[in-house]
Amino acid sequence: MYRIVKKRVLNPSVVLMEIEAPMVARKAEPGQFIILRIDEFGERIPLTVADFDREKGTVTIIFQLVGTTTKQLSALEEGDALVDFVGPLGVASHLEGLKKVAVVGGGVGCAIAYPQAKKLHALGAQVDVIAGFRNRELIILEEEFAKVATRFFCTTDDGSNGNKGFVTDVLRGLIEEGAAYDAVIAIGPLVMMRAVSELTRPYGIRTVVSMNPIMIDGTGMCGGCRLTVGGETKFACVDGPEFDGHQVDFDEAIRRGRVFASQEKESLREHECRLMKGVQ
Amino acid sequence: MAAGMKKTEMPEQDAKKRSKNFSEVASGYTPEMAAEEAARCLNCKTRPCVAGCPVNVNIPDFIRQIKAGDVEEAYRIIRGTNSLPSVCGRVCPQESQCESKCVRGVKGEPVGIGRLERFAADWHMSHSSERETPVPSNGHKVAVVGSGPSGLTCAGDLAKLGYQVTVFEALHKPGGVLVYGIPEFRLPKNIVSEEIKNLTDMGVTVLTDVVIGRTVSVDELFEDGFEAVFIGSGAGLPTFMHIPGENLNGVLSANEFLTRVNLMKSYDPKYKTPVLAGKGIAVVGGGNVAMDAARSALRLGFETVYILYRRSMEEMPARHEEVEHALAEGVQFRLLAEPVRFIGDENGWLKAAECIQMELGEPDASGRRRPVPKEGSEFLLDIDTAVIAVGTSPNPLIRNTTKGLDTNRKGCIVVSDESGATSREGVFAGGDAVSGAATVILAMGAGKKAAEAIHQYIQSRGKK
Ligand SMILES: Cc1cc2nc3c(=O)[nH]c(=O)nc-3n(C[C@H](O)[C@H](O)[C@H](O)COP(=O)(O)OP(=O)(O)OC[C@H]3O[C@@H](n4cnc5c(N)ncnc54)[C@H](O)[C@@H]3O)c2cc1C
Ligand SMILES: Cc1cc2nc3c(=O)[nH]c(=O)nc-3n(C[C@H](O)[C@H](O)[C@H](O)COP(=O)(O)OP(=O)(O)OC[C@H]3O[C@@H](n4cnc5c(N)ncnc54)[C@H](O)[C@@H]3O)c2cc1C
Ligand code: SF4
Ligand code: SF4
Ligand code: FES
Repeated sequence: MYRIVKKRVLNPSVVLMEIEAPMVARKAEPGQFIILRIDEFGERIPLTVADFDREKGTVTIIFQLVGTTTKQLSALEEGDALVDFVGPLGVASHLEGLKKVAVVGGGVGCAIAYPQAKKLHALGAQVDVIAGFRNRELIILEEEFAKVATRFFCTTDDGSNGNKGFVTDVLRGLIEEGAAYDAVIAIGPLVMMRAVSELTRPYGIRTVVSMNPIMIDGTGMCGGCRLTVGGETKFACVDGPEFDGHQVDFDEAIRRGRVFASQEKESLREHECRLMKGVQ
Repeated sequence: MAAGMKKTEMPEQDAKKRSKNFSEVASGYTPEMAAEEAARCLNCKTRPCVAGCPVNVNIPDFIRQIKAGDVEEAYRIIRGTNSLPSVCGRVCPQESQCESKCVRGVKGEPVGIGRLERFAADWHMSHSSERETPVPSNGHKVAVVGSGPSGLTCAGDLAKLGYQVTVFEALHKPGGVLVYGIPEFRLPKNIVSEEIKNLTDMGVTVLTDVVIGRTVSVDELFEDGFEAVFIGSGAGLPTFMHIPGENLNGVLSANEFLTRVNLMKSYDPKYKTPVLAGKGIAVVGGGNVAMDAARSALRLGFETVYILYRRSMEEMPARHEEVEHALAEGVQFRLLAEPVRFIGDENGWLKAAECIQMELGEPDASGRRRPVPKEGSEFLLDIDTAVIAVGTSPNPLIRNTTKGLDTNRKGCIVVSDESGATSREGVFAGGDAVSGAATVILAMGAGKKAAEAIHQYIQSRGKK
């Protein structure tokens, strides 16, 4: 069993948890992910390693409440335990040698982008962080980013934090001002990553995106996570989850993400019904 | 009384009824049926049947005990060479192994060795309260990677010799293909967990959620004090066909389909696993995996279930019994046919498969006649789901993270001989990871040989 040692609600729909998993903590690197299962009847869901503490033997996850499993997870408290927590899975990010990087995060994607910014900062790179949220209430990790970013830009779609716009607007401005990035790391919703990749393509800036297809095993056994990258089929769980944004077939990835859409809605409705019954 | 020419029938659920549930198809012999079948055995002095069994189960002796009414003793005899009898009695391809060598088969049907083996093992499970107990430790630690039949057998044999064995399994449940691949209706999962409990009772530690090559590398296992490592990681990498439309929603590998059904129990409403439920499904392939996928699809409620196989019934690699069961349950076989393209609707969901008819040409390297597409014979199959079951190969994770471990062109680990010794000192391997996709009993045989070799290796090291 994997104990929850810390829980913090970052915003109404994003929760941080620190999980006791010494074997995973011993090996985890930025860019990798874990797969967890809450209980015997639960689904296996992948979440990125947001941080880790090798000494304490803990791994931090930050997740958005989108469906049954993430909502059920958010209802657990410190001291509760998960039945499964396997990892670290996937290939770690290759951040060595980068001098000047823009890290672009969208929504909960910022949680996945944060360890990358942190490591780049530790490696001595210049890191511009651009974080985008739908509105002010949803902003997360502002302080954490401020500590590791050379320059930090935080935008909201509705302007409620006084800084209206999309992350791509900020990135375009910076590139046009002459910020010569070695690489752009973009993590967030597929449409956002596609937009960033399209933006950087004409400038020829290497762009790394972190893909999040549906997964089961996370070890290359089911092929459910397959994507088309540069015309070839890749398994996101073992070949990725990071890929060259200019090579990824985003349209296909967006479509494949919807495979279980109707059943997920049904499952969530049932879950909420059960919750309601529990309350009454 | 002259025993019959035919095997004593084993009761089965009615085909109509069973095609709608996941309960086991065959319910096993009653003691009377077992006695009747055992009476057919001639107790041949030359024991031809034993030679047909990859682990040399002492067949005439165990059958004689069933005849004599001492089923527990029969079980003990089988257990002497086979650590998973309740599994093998169900899934061994007996018709091409032990039973193929039975003299009774010359005229009439061979003795139902598998059925009798299953009977003895099930009897033991439901009648004996005897538990395995740990053997005193000899102080040596061995790591086993993978908890499929090869790993479980290797772990069990080493534990009997007093080794401290830890089995590392990537998934959340041990058992390998026995839990994630072979469906409940052919191999109830409580049987597998019972076998695994035997191992833990013997003192074997089973750690799930550990991916060797990610969580811990093979080198780190040695650093952690393991003196030898057995790799029984199977052949779990799905092969795709690389035809247009294969990434459409609704096209999935047999591994994904079967894992959702078996490991994640998507047919059981208590579990939160979503599963693709649709109207028409085509399973591409002709092996046991394809039969399992097709028969699972029927049970999930698909209205039309096709098997698309590019050769004819004769070349089909699946067990005869599985094909018979699939036919009886209503699976439709489209033989000598292969999909060339999957066609999607405007939302990217599969709506049809374009297939082509084949004819058989000259035999190829495998000795089977090669299928050749017939020009102009294309036809459309209306389906919303397709399952690709055209084979698997070993997962590259371990070979990519273990320096000095030789593998061949197909990604299989190279071993020097039957002992399973690899190019790395102290590392042994067996089962599907070495042979490519094969059978439960062959994987067990390999695990057994490797356990002996590991024992010798560690003993000879100790003397240095
Ligand atoms: C490598 C990887 C890393 C990820 N890291 C994070 C992270 O750090 N934080 C975070 O909040 N989310 C992350 N995700 C997404 C997260 O796995 C899904 O949000 C989660 O599985 C949803 O489960 P659910 O039961 O709550 O929702 P569901 O009811 O299953 O689905 C709700 C929505 O989530 C999508 N979804 C469902 N399953 C998955 C899945 N396995 N992967 C991706 N999307 C899915 C569905 O299309 C649907 O739109 C990651 C995904 C991957 C593949
Ligand atoms: C659907 C299906 C039906 C079949 N039907 C039959 C049948 O009727 N009769 C028959 O004899 N055979 C059958 N087979 C074949 C048989 O199941 C296999 O040959 C046998 O299971 C191989 O055993 P194994 O121990 O080599 O590997 P597996 O059973 O594949 O087990 C390997 C285990 O290793 C784990 N693993 C892999 N990589 C790692 C890693 N890096 N770290 C930790 N763990 C890892 C896997 O998760 C898995 O649990 C069938 C196979 C399938 C898929
Ligand atoms: S283990 Fe398999 S091959 Fe051997 S006797 Fe039993 S059923 Fe036959
Ligand atoms: S060959 Fe057949 S009849 Fe002879 S001992 Fe073996 S099982 Fe019995
Ligand atoms: S999640 Fe199964 S192959 Fe990637």
